[in-house]
Amino acid sequence: MQISLTKHHGINVAIVAIAVWFIWFASGYFDEYTVRILNNIAIFIILAASYNLINGVTGQFSLEPNGFVAIGAYVTALLLITPDAKMYQYAIVDPYPFILTLHSNFIVALLLGGFFSAFLAFCLSMPVFRVRGDYLAIVTLGFGFIIKILAINTPEVTNGSLGLNDIPEFSNLYWTGGIAIVTVIVILNIVNSKFGRAMKAVRDDEDAAIAMGVNTFKAKTMAFCTSAFFEGIGGGLLAALLTSISPDLFDFFFTFQLLIIIVLGGLGSTTGAIIGTILVIGGSEWMRFLDEPMHLFGYTTTAMPGMRMVVFSLLLIFIMLFAREGIMGKREFKELFKSRTKGDK
Amino acid sequence: MILKIDNVTKNFGGVTAINETAFGVAPREIFGLIGPNGAGKTTMFNIITGNYEPTLGEVFFKNESLKGLKPHQIVRKGIARTFQNIRLFSSMSVLDNVLIGFDFQARYSFAESILRFPRFIGEEKRIKARSMEILDYFDIAQFSKDKAVDLSYGQQRKVEIARALATNPDLLLLDEPAAGMNPSETEELGEIIKKARHDFDLTVLLIEHDMKFVNQMCDKVLVLDYGKTIFEGKPSDAIKDKEVITAYLGDFNHD
Amino acid sequence: MDITIFMQQMLNGFSLGSMYALIAIGYTMVYGVLRLINFAHGDIMMVGAFLGYFGIAVLGLPFGAAVLLSIGGSALLGMFSDIVAYRPLRNAPKISLLITAIGVSFFLENAFNVFFGGVPRAFPVPTYLEEMVDFYGLMMPVSALLVPIVTAILLVVILWVLFKTKYGMAIRALAFDVGTVNLMGIDANRIISLVFGIGSALAAVGGVFWAINYPSVEPMMGVLVGLKAFAAAVVGGIGSVGGAVLGGLIIGFTEVVVIAFFPELGGYKDAFAFIFLILILLFKPTGILGIDFEKSRF
Repeated sequence: MQISLTKHHGINVAIVAIAVWFIWFASGYFDEYTVRILNNIAIFIILAASYNLINGVTGQFSLEPNGFVAIGAYVTALLLITPDAKMYQYAIVDPYPFILTLHSNFIVALLLGGFFSAFLAFCLSMPVFRVRGDYLAIVTLGFGFIIKILAINTPEVTNGSLGLNDIPEFSNLYWTGGIAIVTVIVILNIVNSKFGRAMKAVRDDEDAAIAMGVNTFKAKTMAFCTSAFFEGIGGGLLAALLTSISPDLFDFFFTFQLLIIIVLGGLGSTTGAIIGTILVIGGSEWMRFLDEPMHLFGYTTTAMPGMRMVVFSLLLIFIMLFAREGIMGKREFKELFKSRTKGDK
Repeated sequence: MILKIDNVTKNFGGVTAINETAFGVAPREIFGLIGPNGAGKTTMFNIITGNYEPTLGEVFFKNESLKGLKPHQIVRKGIARTFQNIRLFSSMSVLDNVLIGFDFQARYSFAESILRFPRFIGEEKRIKARSMEILDYFDIAQFSKDKAVDLSYGQQRKVEIARALATNPDLLLLDEPAAGMNPSETEELGEIIKKARHDFDLTVLLIEHDMKFVNQMCDKVLVLDYGKTIFEGKPSDAIKDKEVITAYLGDFNHD
Repeated sequence: MDITIFMQQMLNGFSLGSMYALIAIGYTMVYGVLRLINFAHGDIMMVGAFLGYFGIAVLGLPFGAAVLLSIGGSALLGMFSDIVAYRPLRNAPKISLLITAIGVSFFLENAFNVFFGGVPRAFPVPTYLEEMVDFYGLMMPVSALLVPIVTAILLVVILWVLFKTKYGMAIRALAFDVGTVNLMGIDANRIISLVFGIGSALAAVGGVFWAINYPSVEPMMGVLVGLKAFAAAVVGGIGSVGGAVLGGLIIGFTEVVVIAFFPELGGYKDAFAFIFLILILLFKPTGILGIDFEKSRF
């Protein structure tokens, strides 16, 4: 027991060391385009790993990320933009005075974005998890819309549909990659504790979990709030990477992309979420050609913006119908190396 | 009496599933709840575990009313159960299935688990060791790393009981434990339940159709029919009771 | 407020609520038999509206024929989506089914977006529907009267089907126990297809009405309407057809009335349904006329 523990520790430390080295190397030697994609991948690893916690590990179908990412992005942006820069950009109406005074450093801004998201998730847990049924999906889908409606209709805070600009570009690969590593470690530590076991038990059989004395409401709420917390932080990183945000950025496509990522990687597997992110974000760059005019057999088709999304949605349906386990199933990286006598389905 | 059912009635819409039933179970007793299909046995289980609220009456456990308690709180008071159709956690190993039973007994916080504090490591070690002991007791420790649903039916039933015992119960509710098992498996299960009663200081309340099993196991039985108690006493007397025979086989004397 | 304006608002609320109701029925029936929130249902309504548009604007069909085309096409699409995407997952975990439903929804929206463009197209409303009639002193277009009347007729028909025909009995039985229905020699899959057909046909009618009222069609039109109709189904009591109608009317009325009295809340109109949904989950999760599906869990 003790020996296998230290062996695992060794592997884990090695993986983290390689990731840290890669971040350092990429920051120094890769071109700007590649670094931008790596930044995206790091942020999406944070989002996918946390989205997987509620969807995959706890088995509660949720469509929340765009809402919580928006919250995190707006909170972080409002805290980061300098009062001077704020003065000039509120074009629709004057901002509330307190908006102008808000200011903090990057780490505090990210944490507040995360905590604010988690708090809202906690408020949603009350109505949603007290009842059985898949209401989380529809409530979170509605929540995404409400956040967008709020962002558009409260120009005193959000500058309405014009969005916020001049967000200082704090995000770089050290921040995004570093937080991605921390997020993955935290989530794996949760999964491999009594809290994670309770979440999995809820997914496998909620009645049986209750019969084991598990407070299933608490398990679901914990998973949902943790998920929202990291999505808020991811949103903050995104805002500080893009330097400008607007309500349109956080539409449902955002959530849909994450859903494909975790389904492709294997619902319930954090390793799978990472692999899925690399494939989908990388693949998405590669698939840009689909949206552009195509030259097929001497014919040229007109540009078809949105074709990628059609491909994505068909991909999602195909995975669900023919390869429901995704790439990793519910397994994690280290389990791939275990010799098994019995079939592992 | 460790468990006291005090004049419980349960209505579903217009249907009375249980009608003013009252009985008590003494500590360390193996008590059988029997009766034909639809007699209200499983409903009674679901009332004791808090899944249903009784329409009238109350359930007392260790002289404390269970009224208003949620099912998971009742488990924490010391009542564990198994299901008629075995319901193991399908994605988990045998060991993890049993570890779930320690969920509320492991004393570490969310933050301690994230930061891997010494208390987390110590508590995890403790509950893993306890789980392995229980698995060993049921002779299934060698399967601890296998997926629970890959085991044979008889072994899965053992995992389910081991998992229930992990919650450290005083009262164990078994819903048709012998269902779907062959005679030798049934025999073995009966022995192990009897043994566990002493080793784990248990009271057992079981629902069963296999009268041979009931006869061999139970100190006392209660026969329910259409939600009403028609017999309470020794199992050997139950099978001779006229009303019980009528309930099971139908009334042949139309007088 | 002047009485005619009040009456006008009442009628508007009734009309909007009827459209929500038509769409909510499909949600509630599919939930009844599969326990599935069919996210694609709002998009089926969009396809229905588009089929009506194509019927009139492209094929030059008379309005009635275009509506029939829309109903038939949508019903087939609904059944097709069930057979292709949901039926293979009958024994899969619930979450797979929900993810597939999201996939179907997103596919329909984006396929229509790619092939027909995201710009709203004006819906060719037949002139006789735009004629103003005098209704107890109120001047209003025929179409505003048509919606509630047709909804009422369809509701009677659907209740008759559910409660007086053997197919309806099978649908209601299925809502309680799939296994037993199969044992009784009824092919559960055929009944489920029927439910998708009926639900989609009603959504198509709702879609065409929607297109007449806001006279345009566009690929994303079903998203928000679908979400609100689902909220309506939960408010009325998921699983209950009467509840879906009641929920639809409540949400439709609220949207119209609140904005009539508090115009400054106009920007938040789309949030009301959601607030209702949260409130009902907090205080009466089974909805107003709901069935407690969880009773038969043990």
